[in-house]
This record gives sequence, structure tokens and C-alpha cells, in this order.
Amino acid sequence: MSATGIGASVRRKEDFRFITGKGQYTDDVNRFGQAHAAFLHSPHAHAEIVSIDTSAASAMPGVAAIFTGADLAADKIGGLICGWMIHSKDGTPMKAGAHPALAQGKVRYVGDHVAIVIADTLAEAKDALEKIVVDYKVLPAVVASMDALKPGAPVVHDVAPDNAVYRWAIGNESETNAAFAKAAHVTKIDLVNNRLVPNAMEPRAAVGDYDSGNDAFTLYTTSQNPHVARLVLSAFIGIAPEHKLRVIAPDVGGGFGSKIFIYAEETACVWAAKKVGRPVKWTADRTEAFLADAHGRDHVTHAELALDDKGKILALRVHTTANLGAYLSTFSSSVPTYLYAPLLSGQYDIPAIYCEVDAVYTNTAPVDAYRGAGRPEATFVIERIVEVAARETGSDPAQFRRKNFVKTFPHQTPVIMCYDAGNYVASLEKALEMSDYRNVGKRKKESARKGLLRGIGISAYIEACGIAPSAAVGSLGAGVGLWESAEVRVNPIGTVEILTGSHSHGQGHETTFAQLVSERLGISIDNVSIVHGDTDKVQMGMGTYGSRSGAVGMSAIVKALDKIEAKAKRVAGYVLEASHEDIEFKDGKFTVRGTDKEIDFAAVALQAYIAHKFNGQDLEPGLKESAFWDPTNFTFPAGVHICEVEIDPATGVTRVDRWTAVDDFGIVINPMIVEGQVHGGIAQGIGQALLEGAVYDAAGQLVTASYMDYSMPRAQDLPNYHVGMTQTRCPSNPLGIKGCGEAGAIAAPPAVINAITDAIGHENIAMPATPQAVWRALQQTAPKLAAE
Amino acid sequence: MAMTMKGEVALPADRETVWAKLNDPEVLKACIPGCQTLEKTSETSFTAVVKLKVGPVGATFKGNVELTDLDPPNGYRISGQGEGGVAGFAKGGATVSLTDPAEGAEGCTLNYNVEANVGGKIAQLGARLIDGVAKKTADQFFANFAAAVKAG
Repeated sequence: MSATGIGASVRRKEDFRFITGKGQYTDDVNRFGQAHAAFLHSPHAHAEIVSIDTSAASAMPGVAAIFTGADLAADKIGGLICGWMIHSKDGTPMKAGAHPALAQGKVRYVGDHVAIVIADTLAEAKDALEKIVVDYKVLPAVVASMDALKPGAPVVHDVAPDNAVYRWAIGNESETNAAFAKAAHVTKIDLVNNRLVPNAMEPRAAVGDYDSGNDAFTLYTTSQNPHVARLVLSAFIGIAPEHKLRVIAPDVGGGFGSKIFIYAEETACVWAAKKVGRPVKWTADRTEAFLADAHGRDHVTHAELALDDKGKILALRVHTTANLGAYLSTFSSSVPTYLYAPLLSGQYDIPAIYCEVDAVYTNTAPVDAYRGAGRPEATFVIERIVEVAARETGSDPAQFRRKNFVKTFPHQTPVIMCYDAGNYVASLEKALEMSDYRNVGKRKKESARKGLLRGIGISAYIEACGIAPSAAVGSLGAGVGLWESAEVRVNPIGTVEILTGSHSHGQGHETTFAQLVSERLGISIDNVSIVHGDTDKVQMGMGTYGSRSGAVGMSAIVKALDKIEAKAKRVAGYVLEASHEDIEFKDGKFTVRGTDKEIDFAAVALQAYIAHKFNGQDLEPGLKESAFWDPTNFTFPAGVHICEVEIDPATGVTRVDRWTAVDDFGIVINPMIVEGQVHGGIAQGIGQALLEGAVYDAAGQLVTASYMDYSMPRAQDLPNYHVGMTQTRCPSNPLGIKGCGEAGAIAAPPAVINAITDAIGHENIAMPATPQAVWRALQQTAPKLAAE
Repeated sequence: MAMTMKGEVALPADRETVWAKLNDPEVLKACIPGCQTLEKTSETSFTAVVKLKVGPVGATFKGNVELTDLDPPNGYRISGQGEGGVAGFAKGGATVSLTDPAEGAEGCTLNYNVEANVGGKIAQLGARLIDGVAKKTADQFFANFAAAVKAG
């Protein structure tokens, strides 16, 4: 292993720019003559728009234009789309209600977009907003998913008169029911997976620009996947054909999924740039982010687990109601279906699984993928019910899991997934060892002496990263392929530019991707630059989400590097006067096998471009190759997290005391960056378990729309993490790597709740387990202290 | 965001006198905290402009006030709703009833039951302040009203 190659904890190349304030984010983009946009958001959860009077607002100082849904319709601008078709179990397609970027006739959630005001300054745009008069006819609202399907509930979209987007199912119902019929024990649980607000550090922003000389648009935007944004804006929304629309996602400050989607504001800004003949800039304020960024999670689930008399799992039966909000966001339909239910087998050998999912419309913000996207929800179900089953049958939760683990690979689950490689027992044993699991009883007694309740919780998660292959996801309803592209441009002096369709918004691709190139070509990582986020530079790409950039994005680079090496060997062959078949490439040097003749990579690059040693009929000059990589399978990272909490029964305050994480991410490129991803993910998972929750009141008002009312995890809420790794090579990509970006957020919530329920002695507590919730839960029973 | 309040105030005048003041736009205008204008559009309806501040959000609400369930001189229901532009909306009402005091005492007693509802930015930013502001606004109205009755 070289100091900068695969496996080295290289410091992040991009961090100098970020920590010195030199990052260039969308809000740092300023175009000559630009105007500023502000959006009028609906204050009502559900209302008919009787009329909109913009006359007084239009007369305000500095106002360039005000547009409403009628203007978009007049220009035949299409609505926002959902790109994954789900069919109900009766075969009918999902019921997608129209989603115009600016409301037409009706608003459906607090924050829905009613008008865009464009003015010389942001202050003038906001002043003009005040003068728009909208006559709303307020309608009854439906907020909770469990109310949406009740007869007589307010109807969000006429196309779905019962508010059901789809009623989907997976697995074999009759086999599952048969297994339950012969079960010795059945464990049943009811769970709520709380709604979360993504809260990327950088809020969403857009600058739309129109070049009338070339009839071409440019959109600078906070996107995780600028090519997908261009595709949707071009093919479906109809802004301009792709060759006349450039989308640039410069530095992006976090996304967690929320910046995958194509939103109203970005659409309106780029469209309006041509209408007003000026660049149009918008940056969300934090309230807008709370209201109109796609939220995450929001599942209500009933689950049942059937066991035989030896504690072996026979079957799992799950029913989930998923709240998708007022409109179908870009990939929302896939999250509670194919990104959720296929993971319900967890790390366990479960012969039969059946899961039904009802997805519903409500008068709340759209819900879509958020760090983990379906897998945290699945892991919460399986890791809670396995824990409860172990407790109910008097088994040690670690032993119960060990007994039921998948132990041979590949393993075909009853719900699509084929786990290609893993060693779940190894991760469990290591986590038990690192967490000093065997002495938890002693620690419980010590806590009890202080008047505190200690609990321990295990979460043995599995997740599926790098969603693929394209043909398979296409058969499940995806509207896009899920491959990745790469282009390797070797310059004449031997420096390298990597153009990738992946997009870095905090993951450190400029470092890890350069490490791969450094390792392969034997050059310094300082001689490698990573180019991403610009549709004019990178031909096509699918972006970054679902922990796919290592497994899919870097694999595409490997393929392109293979071609570079093959071509460079031919160049070296001409230079060294040997057959290219006799050329070996190692540590940056080409040698003729069995001789001392050699030439380094940079010299070969120069020879490729000056083309003096070969003629153009035999070999093309230059050294530039591209590749597309479509994986053969998902990758399946898995691991075991163990959480220990200490609860003060007087106040209900839960302190996370110890955290052990043992993850199997396959081959690791940069252990420091991977560990950072694990830390961040756990922090978000602890946030979901203890602190965070988006709350709408019965009328559909978002009452957690600022940091006063929505609690994010802070340093004081988090423990020191003890992070370990196990390693099984992933057979489905050339590097053997899995994905690590979401693991912490997937593993953490059930670990925390399993620890809290262990401490309080019963299972009846929901997330977020705030001090008040824990205190109330403690009043339900007289908890027995371990010292008693 | 919905909230309810109730209370009672002792007033130093008889029911007929108080009833007259409850129907006098000038008195109501002087008593409603932040009321800029209150104009009668019929015997039982008014248009109003009210300035209201909840935490960081201040807004001018324009709307209507209606008097219903009139039962002179025993009580009525006063309700209103207003749009505050980007600040959101407020709506609410109060059932007001007048009763004679205990034997031998002077004046009358005014009982009120208020319910209020806000939405939009006021609810988003001021959620945990609204109860306090609503109670203070109601208290102030009835304190102002008691003072107006006292002043004759």
C-alpha cells in the first residue's frame, strides 16, 4: 500500500478550500445583471385558490416580474414528475397527482408554491410578496397517514379518491401465512418511523441564466445529480432540449438525499430567466428548507415474526402505511417499496416474508429519500422485532441473532435480494468483544447505584448500496438506468483529469477517487484532479445517492483506467521497441518483461501526444478513455452496532454512554473518510432516535419549522464512537468495495431504542425518545433497578 | 395551531350598559389590541385592520369581524378572520355572555370563551409563543373593555 493509494487515510484534498471559506457554492455564483427571486408559500394545508391579485405587488419598487401557475401553464411548462412507477398488487399503476411547479387551482400543503416574485434585490422581492393578495377557500386537511385512508377523509388529489397512491405487496403471502400457522411463538410490534427534515448545512439554491444569443439555458443548482436534473428539466418539464440546457452543481454542502430531487424553485428560476431576460437567483432560507425540502421516513408499521420452538425464525409479516405527503417527489414511490421491503430479511435466514405497503397522500410536505431511504425503516422493523422476540422467548439477543444469521453465501432472500458476500457472525463477535458485552450486568449495577437505568441495544443491520443493475431496476419500475460513467483524460505531462458522473457533496471524492488513480497509475494524488457536477464537462452520469459512488462510480473509473493502461502499453511498446504484449506496468513504470528497459507513465503520456514513435494508422494519438459501468448486483454492507444508554428516571434524560460500530464495507479506499461517514451517520441516527421529529398539527401547520422546535443532535448529545471493521470482499465490482455513506443512520435508531427499552423494561416507546417521552414511558411501569 | 381560553371579568355597570358598549365599534376598536381600523359594514359586521406580533413575526392582518347569536343584553358570539400576507393567517372567535352578579352586588359579570387559530409563518416560527400571545391579547382586550365600561 502506497502512502496515497487504496487503503491509506489520506487527508481530504478538498478540505483546505472548505475550511478556509474558498468553496464555491451555488449562492456564491453571481451573474451580471441578476435579479432575485422570492416565493410565496401557501399558509394553508389545503385550499382552493379562488384568485390571485398581483397588481399591487407588481407596482412595488424594483419588481421585474411576478409569475403564478397560470404563467407556467401558458408556456406549457410540465409538472414535476415522479420517476419510478409502482404498481399496486391488483396491477393498477400508482396514482400520480399533477404537481405543477407553481400551484394551479389548489394548494396542498403549508409551503406549497403559489407565486414567484423577481426583483432587483431580495429585499424588494420579499416586500412585494407581502402585497400579493390570494383569496383562498380553505378546505379540510388530512395530515396523519392513518387518517388518510379513512372513509370521508379530505381528498388530496382527485386521481386518488381514497388518498391511496398505491397498495403494493411483496413476498409470498400464502407461504408466510402457512408458516405462521405452525409457529410456536409469534411476536407482534407496532412502530412509527418518525418524519424527519433533512437539514443539509447548505440550503437549496438556484441561479437560472439564459443566453439569448445561443438560445441556451444554464442552471446553477444544489444538486446531487445534475445530469438527472437536466434530463428531467429537458424531457419532462420542457425547459429546453438537453443540448441547450447546462446544469452545474458546484460545491454542494450536504444533501442526504434531499438534493436528488427536482423541485419547484429550481424549475421556476431557470424558466423565469428567459421570461425576464436576466439571470434569476434564489437561495432558500431555513424556514423554506423546513417547509419545502422533501422530508424523510414517516412510516406506520405493524409487524409479526413467527418462531419455531427452538427460536428459529420461520416467517415475517409486515404491513406499512407510508406517508408520501401532498405530491409524489422525484423518487418517492420507490422508497417505501423497493428500497424498503427487500431489506426486511435483515441479516437473517427467513424462509418466508410477506409485506404490504399502502402509500398515501396527505396535506404535508412531500416525502422522499433521506439518508438510508427505506433501509433505515426496514432495519428499524427487523431489529426491533428480533430484539423483542429474543426478550419474549428469554433468549440472549446476541445469541438469538447469531442463531438466525445467514451463514452461507450467496444467499437468496424471499424478497428479491441475493446477498453476495458477508460474515455476519464475525461482525457480531467483534462488536460483542469491543463493547465488553459480557460485563454489561456489572455496568447496570454501577448505574443503579447512582440511581440511573442502564440499557444495552444491538442492531445488526444490512443495507443495499449501489442500486443496480439497470435492467433489473428497470423491470421494477425505475425510469432511469443506474450505471455510472467515467472519463480519464491523461495530459501530455502525465497529470490526469477524471471526469465522473458521480457528484461529491461532502463525501470526499476528490480524495478517494484520486487515491484510486494514484494506486493504478503510480502517480501522485496531487497530479490527479476530479471533475464533476457540470453537464457540459461530464457527458452523462447518474449522480450520488444510495452510497453508490464508490461501488459504481469508482468501478467506472477502473474500467476507463483499464483502457488507459492497455493503450499506454501499446505506446510504451513502440517507444521501447517491444511488443505491447511484453510490456508490464507496475508502480508507474512500463517495462519490457525480462529486460531492464523501462519508461515511466508521464513519459508515455507525452509520447502518446507527440506521436513520434508510431504512425497514426497503427495507433491513434492521445491518451483519453471513457467507460460506463453497470454493476451486476447491489453491494451489501452489513455490520453490528451496540449502544449503551444511561437514563435518569427523575428527568427521563437519556445519555448515550457507549457506542460500538463494527462494519463490513468490503475493501476500504480511505479508512479516515469511511470512519467519518460512520460517525456522521450514527449522529443522524441518534438524532432520529432521541431528538428529531417533524410535527404537523391537526390543521396541517408545520409547528417544527425552526431550530427552536426541531432539535438536531449536537456534540453534547453524542458519545465517543468505537469503530471497528471486518472485511469481506464484494464480488460484484472490480474493487471489492461496498458502500458506507448511510450505514450509521441505518444502524443507529434500533440500537438506541433497543437500549432504551432494555433500560425501562418495556417496549412501549416511540421515536424521538425525548426526555418527556422516556419519563412518561417510565411511569407506565415501576422499573426494576438491576441492583435490586 | 389552535388554542382556547376562557375567563370572566366583573364589570361596574349593568347588563344593558355593557351590551351597548359591546356593540359600539368605537369601543371595540379602542379595546382590541393593535386595532388600526374597525369599520361597520352592516349592523353585525365590520372590516378590521389589526397589527399583531408573535415572537419574531409581526404582521398587519386585514379581515372581517362578525357578530352572531345576538341575544341582547345577555351575550353574543364575536368572530373574525384575517390574512397577514406572508406572515400567515389568524382566525378565531369568542362567546361572550353577561350575567347578573350575586344578590346585592353592583354591575354584572362577563364570561368569555375564546378559540383562536393561526397558520403560516406565525405558526412555523412562533409555535411555542402563540399560547402566551393569545392569552395576553385576550386578557388585554377584556382589561381594556373593563376600563372603558368604568370610564362610562
